Amino acid sequence: MTNSIDEIEYTNAIFAIGTNTTENHPVISSKVKRAVRLHGAKLIVADPREIDMVKYAAIWLRQKPGTDVALLNGMMNVIISEGLYAKEYVEERTEGFDAMKKIVEKYTPAYAEKITGVPADDIRTAARIYAKAGKAAILYTMGITQHITGTDNVKSCANLAMLCGYLGIEGGGVDPLRGQNNVQGACDMGALPVVFTGYQPVANDETRSKFEKAWGVALPPKPGLTIVETLNAAHDGKVKALFVVGENPMLSDPDLTHVKEALNHLDLLVVQDILLSETAELAHVVLPAACFAEKEGTFSNTERRVQRVRKALDAPGQAKADWEIICELSTHMGYPMKYAAPEDIMKEINRLTPSYAGITYERLEKEGIQWPCPNADHPGTKYLHKDRFTRGLGLFHALDYIPPAEVPDAAYPFVMTTGRVLYQYHTGTMSRLSKGITERCPESLVEIHPNDAKKLGIQEGQFAKVTSRRGVVQAKAKVTERVPKGTIFMNFHFKEAAVNLLTNPALDPTCKIPEYKVCAVKVEAA
Amino acid sequence: MEIKKISLTIDGKEIQAIPGQTILEVARANGIYIPTLCQYAGTTNVGACRVCVVDVAGARTLVASCCMPINAGMVIKTDTPAVRAAQRLVVELLWASGDHNCLTCEANGVCELQSLVYWLQIEKPRFNIESPGYEIEETNTMIQRDLNKCVLCGRCIRACNEIQVNEVLDFAGRGFRTKVGPAFDADYIDSECVFCGECVDSCPVGALTFKQAKFQGRPWEIKKVKTTCTYCGVGCQLDLNIHNGKLVKVTGNHEYGQPNEGRLCVKGRFGLDFVQHPNRLTTPLIRKNGELKEASWDEAYEFIAKKLASIKKKHGADSIAGFSSARVTNEENYLFQKFMRAVIGTNNVDHCARL
Ligand code: SF4
Ligand code: SF4
Ligand code: SF4
Ligand code: FES
Repeated sequence: MTNSIDEIEYTNAIFAIGTNTTENHPVISSKVKRAVRLHGAKLIVADPREIDMVKYAAIWLRQKPGTDVALLNGMMNVIISEGLYAKEYVEERTEGFDAMKKIVEKYTPAYAEKITGVPADDIRTAARIYAKAGKAAILYTMGITQHITGTDNVKSCANLAMLCGYLGIEGGGVDPLRGQNNVQGACDMGALPVVFTGYQPVANDETRSKFEKAWGVALPPKPGLTIVETLNAAHDGKVKALFVVGENPMLSDPDLTHVKEALNHLDLLVVQDILLSETAELAHVVLPAACFAEKEGTFSNTERRVQRVRKALDAPGQAKADWEIICELSTHMGYPMKYAAPEDIMKEINRLTPSYAGITYERLEKEGIQWPCPNADHPGTKYLHKDRFTRGLGLFHALDYIPPAEVPDAAYPFVMTTGRVLYQYHTGTMSRLSKGITERCPESLVEIHPNDAKKLGIQEGQFAKVTSRRGVVQAKAKVTERVPKGTIFMNFHFKEAAVNLLTNPALDPTCKIPEYKVCAVKVEAA
Repeated sequence: MEIKKISLTIDGKEIQAIPGQTILEVARANGIYIPTLCQYAGTTNVGACRVCVVDVAGARTLVASCCMPINAGMVIKTDTPAVRAAQRLVVELLWASGDHNCLTCEANGVCELQSLVYWLQIEKPRFNIESPGYEIEETNTMIQRDLNKCVLCGRCIRACNEIQVNEVLDFAGRGFRTKVGPAFDADYIDSECVFCGECVDSCPVGALTFKQAKFQGRPWEIKKVKTTCTYCGVGCQLDLNIHNGKLVKVTGNHEYGQPNEGRLCVKGRFGLDFVQHPNRLTTPLIRKNGELKEASWDEAYEFIAKKLASIKKKHGADSIAGFSSARVTNEENYLFQKFMRAVIGTNNVDHCARL
């Protein structure tokens, strides 16, 4: 997030696009709802489904799945043509405005309506609310990123915010809400194929030599493979060994049949986890790990706040903390790693990572700190891009709308979109073990519009069979107007109805995120 | 801008305070104790219980200090016989109109009604004890409602509507039959309730309790460990309540501040059964003859080290890849990428941020 969670409550307008906030980030949704109910902020919701946030919205834009760029361009068209944009800010702090303006000219509200299905007048209203707010925050999640145009979608959001001068101010911002507790931290710590900690590129000689000196070994300059590329390489026999820490690609990755084949090709699959996940079941070696309640450490939340994790319980049996396992294995392999406690590891991170340099356990004892925090006296950073962007001037991107990779046709006439529900989490390995959660949400449901259900002869609670070009799953139908006609919604928490047997592994060309949010399917009564 | 303070007197003490503050706020800021019950930080002051009454010189009746803004020159007494008598009457009525059996109550020791009774030194209520006789709600395994213990303070309603803005709870009925709960007198499980548990954290008595924590440890035996939720990216600060090596329940704490100011959702609150679930992995496993068999740590390390070394030798470091995790700590992610880069010699390391 460029800005902080708390700022959401005190801003004037909130534009939530592709985020089912009440279910995926409930506590952030409380800030949004408080902003609306207690402080008079205006909420704009853009989502194909009638999510709970709609109840609090001043206006709801029901765009067709995968048409976000067209919608955002439409809003920018209105803002520019009505002269509502921040002219001074655009002039002083950005570049690329003219090229962007040129593309956007085509996206009149009427043209955008044709692509998105959102009435032209609603596009105008939303654009005006956002532009006239004085300060406004954009919230988004996977509903924006999990498309082949995910990178474009994100850039479009940034375009809109810059156009109105809402980046680099308190209460403004473009805020991706992170789905998993420590996605932010995993990225910050360099668990990415192209960067070390703090996004320092592996291909940069100077950076590499800094790490080589600190670690006492020569390091490879060639960028590595992403998850999806790794699985493809494993499938082709180019990757022979895979070490998986606490992930479950057997349920979370697109096109599961392919994933299983890939994993079966490996000479060595090691899985380190707290439970025997679907992926662990295929492993050659499984290592039992301690869970968050059984170890010390830190997580970094979606607003870049580094916070302490504390040990409350002993790990069961012989299970050990992940850091201990990595240290011991490394030592076995002839590279001794010796740390007395996670605090010592953080000290090494402080030394090698400018943005984390001032984040020490001593300071975290009291309160979390938001990076960048370059030294021990720095208070941390509430919002980014104050006065100047990281790259100097903010860059507008001229973006055209590109349709999803797979659109409905005669054989697969429905759009399927996927997501989470409040009560479950990710692949369900953890959340499904809870009594209360299971009581509230025991099984997967396919949301389908009443008209479609009637046509197909599917009744509430009856099993529906959903088929895509890649696979088939069955789940009980939930007949509801939450979804638009022609679209079904499924969650990915349940292995009994593993939607990723169906989803399309088509990747966004830049950030390689699969297009989970749109694929074409056929629906029948089972 | 300099805010002009005004002066007033509480219990004979001359005090400077900011206009707009309530009597209660000023008293608290100056270390003067006034008991309260319905007042709840972060929500509207409703003045429902009248436990916080004080004597204001010149006022016709005793006033509820939680709702009354201060005036210059006010003379306030918090400890007159009339104030105490009024407080006793309120507390005795509350006691007598419910089933306050502290012997088995989960709130015993942290209950605000119990504290008031003790503080006001009430031996016994002067009225006959008549519990309304509601059935205890046991239709879900997360939150137990015993409305026979409810003091109708409305804190749960304000917690649900103002703190979380879930808009589930309200008052229903009138007089002796007034009740708090979801619309249409539904049980929680049949309502729009999303089981955030905020109402339970807010309840001053034992009317709303965490069902699975029942008989699992008394408040003074429980150790609270502050940590960060393991589910979504909000990173809520929460307290793991531990007794005898067991995770008993999860509570929020408004004093922890950002990012969640004590608020939680159902996952952080009720989603942690996995921690002590019998399915947890407890020993390393190595596949032998197609089956995963228990092994020692040394065997497992030996097996992995040998295999990785031979694959690296035969096919090069880039034939090895690692997936780190958005679930493990920063320190662990750091070490894992260090392991892949420095020990294996490849940049093939990623995690599922994209998925
Ligand atoms: S658990 Fe949360 S949503 Fe349910 S009634 Fe209580 S405060 Fe409201
Ligand atoms: S249930 Fe608890 S919080 Fe709610 S009104 Fe009754 S006593 Fe107050
Ligand atoms: S309590 Fe809920 S909202 Fe808070 S971090 Fe955990 S999962 Fe996210
Ligand atoms: S605390 Fe003031 S009226 Fe209840």
